[in-house]
Amino acid sequence: MADPMKIRANLVGDSTEVKVLMNHEMETGQRKDSQGKTIPAWFIQNVKVTHADKVVLAAQWGPAVAKNPFLSFKFKGGAKGDKIFITWTDNHNDTRTDEAVVA
Amino acid sequence: MDTNRREALKSAGAWTLLTLLPAAGWLKPGAAAAQAWNKGAFETHAMDETLKALGGSAPTQSKDIAFFSTPDIAENGAVVPIGITSNVPKTESIAILVEKNPNMLAAIFDIPAGTEPSLSTRIKMGQTSNVYALVKADGKYYVASKEIKVTLGGCGG
Repeated sequence: MADPMKIRANLVGDSTEVKVLMNHEMETGQRKDSQGKTIPAWFIQNVKVTHADKVVLAAQWGPAVAKNPFLSFKFKGGAKGDKIFITWTDNHNDTRTDEAVVA
Repeated sequence: MDTNRREALKSAGAWTLLTLLPAAGWLKPGAAAAQAWNKGAFETHAMDETLKALGGSAPTQSKDIAFFSTPDIAENGAVVPIGITSNVPKTESIAILVEKNPNMLAAIFDIPAGTEPSLSTRIKMGQTSNVYALVKADGKYYVASKEIKVTLGGCGG
């Protein structure tokens, strides 16, 4: 199981600003190890952020997203104490969901 | 070297099987796979191929798409911050494309109503290249580009 994400959700005006740092290798499948063998691709393919059972951001990623991906965006609504959930799924079908409370 | 070839063949075989199974309806996509991943689009090497895979038409150059907190020169191609804001009305999605990466498409973000069409993330760049922000708004595609110089590539091995 992968390490937890670091999530920050702050109310800015009438929007909630979400900042996430995920823990993932994001191996491209282009690199070779010291023996010249290709290191297989291993990367997050889907990311979903939900607030109050509503998807506020959905993303599809390729291996060109940097290692330990960072993502920041804002959505309207949200109040202090609300929970947001972030889920990622990688190409090994490994998945992780973390939650944060809007501050 | 022969083992390499073997493995390449084996993995190629496995991939075909994996892609065929869901097509044949044998593999029910689980909850984890509920979200689609546009494999075709992520394997394209040119803008028109990517657009075709996304089901779109030729994009219009737009001044309503802006890059923010994006460097002109990236010292490390492995971590290039990219920020994109779309002021095109009814923005539905924002995609990031890197012209000279092995596969052009880096990421697509679907922007539901209520979410600001502005986001930032970090990508990898193999070399100096144009980076495109492709915006889908009201069914049409719009694009803006920015050249980012990379002094140290992010795909070295």
